[in-house]
Amino acid sequence: MSMGPEQVAATAQLARLALRAEDVPAVAGKLSAILDLVEQMNAVDTAGIVPMAHPLELSQRLRADAVTESDRRADFQAIAPQTADGLYLVPRVLE
Amino acid sequence: MHTQTLAELARGLAAGAFSSRELTEALLARIQAHDGALNSFITVTPERALAQADAADAARARGEFGVLTGLPIAHKDIFCTQGVKTSCGSKMLDRFVAPYDATVVAKLDAAGMVMLGKTNMDEFAMGSSNESSWYGPVRNPWDVRAVPGGSSGGSAAAVAARLLPAATGTDTGGSIRQPAALCGITGLKPTYGRVSRWGMIAYASSLDQGGPLARTAEDCALLLGAMAGFDARDSTSAGAPVPDYRAGLEAGLDGLRIGLPKEYFGAGLDAGVARAVEAAIDEYRRLGADVVEVSLPNAQLAIPAYYVIAPCEASSNLARYDGVRFGHRCEAPRDLVDLYTRSRAEGFGAEVQRRILVGTYALSAGYYDAYYLKAQQIRRLIHEDFRRAFEHCDLIAGPTTPDVAFDLGEKADDPVALYLADIYTVAVNLAGLPALSHPVGDKGGRPVGLQLIGPAFAEARLLNAAHRFQLATDWHRRAPQGFA
Repeated sequence: MSMGPEQVAATAQLARLALRAEDVPAVAGKLSAILDLVEQMNAVDTAGIVPMAHPLELSQRLRADAVTESDRRADFQAIAPQTADGLYLVPRVLE
Repeated sequence: MHTQTLAELARGLAAGAFSSRELTEALLARIQAHDGALNSFITVTPERALAQADAADAARARGEFGVLTGLPIAHKDIFCTQGVKTSCGSKMLDRFVAPYDATVVAKLDAAGMVMLGKTNMDEFAMGSSNESSWYGPVRNPWDVRAVPGGSSGGSAAAVAARLLPAATGTDTGGSIRQPAALCGITGLKPTYGRVSRWGMIAYASSLDQGGPLARTAEDCALLLGAMAGFDARDSTSAGAPVPDYRAGLEAGLDGLRIGLPKEYFGAGLDAGVARAVEAAIDEYRRLGADVVEVSLPNAQLAIPAYYVIAPCEASSNLARYDGVRFGHRCEAPRDLVDLYTRSRAEGFGAEVQRRILVGTYALSAGYYDAYYLKAQQIRRLIHEDFRRAFEHCDLIAGPTTPDVAFDLGEKADDPVALYLADIYTVAVNLAGLPALSHPVGDKGGRPVGLQLIGPAFAEARLLNAAHRFQLATDWHRRAPQGFA
């Protein structure tokens, strides 16, 4: 199955990736080649086969509902691109 | 000292032949002298290493030591190290200094190992040639025109070049075994859940698994014993007790049933690689193993299923890189969407962006059943193939890769050609099984690896078989010219 430039642009929007318009045709070509490869899956009938999400197939382990972590906000914000007064700064969303 | 294995160096330290400081200084000098030709390290940490070496020597003097105390290691730059850059081979994390240690790092620190640095890798572990690293490609010490494999290519090249005896790696679709094969060393991908994923930067969480790369199975056994074990911080960590992997190394192989999947010896396998692998199987016969034919009828479907499941999980895992909390941020964003989309486009390289796009597409409305669900159904077929094969054998053996290392640039612009070279490794990750690659020959001076696959939690059996092979052969002792 081939992916056209419009589908690539729409998928890039979903993935929050800013593709340059001039790169879209080449990206579309490579993605289409990958989709052709994965569509070999269609050669086998999988009706009724239970999907396998995970190799261990265990139920999710639960832990006690207790505080286990200490406050390390300063450490975590030290590696952030932009912070002020303990807050992460981003461009204004609401005027 | 640089030619010795971890086990040999441990004996030297115990006998007082040299100190950990002397060993550390010698290897740091060797990295300095030789890594320019290889680019196997992203970060070298001499100050931290010498402080750890001094601490190890002091602990030994006090009588407080284990077998790994004072021995060198390097970590793939995917393992978070507190206070030391963890880049994952990406511009996105070029300035990221993790605020905590990965469990693997903490466990090997606690065992007294000395970290010499962080090794180069394909960006976010997505690649089989180490050409997708933002820090430039790694070169294969056997032939610097060739790729070392990937994604743990820096770890494999450094160990093969005798810059140090061992390093950590991760394996999502072959990223320990394939570079181990292409660089002529021994690498083990443990059972999914055996080694904690805490602090190991996520690529595809149902497939990712950390493990050791070293020159011998014995050294892999030493390291796995220290790396493995339950970790409450990893929600899919296995609770099974960790055996003493060294205890069973010497056992004889009489009656060991080795299964050869006929699908792994058909079209697409290079004749020179096939000859080396068949000679290794003959050696296993001489060591007492019984060789039987088995079948993995869905083997050809592993690549299509993997290249859906891994990108789907990656597109979800890599959504966290938003330019807000850590990682690369674009200059002067106009608004929030511009901040996200430009930070990600600038921070991620072409292969990472491709996998994010494939995953996003396959998970998007209208395509989920055709791709993701279908791939998960095939994953079960592949899992069932292995389960049935292991009714007839104890281990499965075959080539690790369809050919020896290719030249840098040869497949750089053709992702599908690169993906197809993962044919013998990805099924193991889909099924969550342990597997090991060890050197068994060469073709035109480039190494050939044999892959041994075991049932879940049979790491000791894999290590035992490879160790007996290495006692009887010397492929693992051969060093690349210029790095002997």
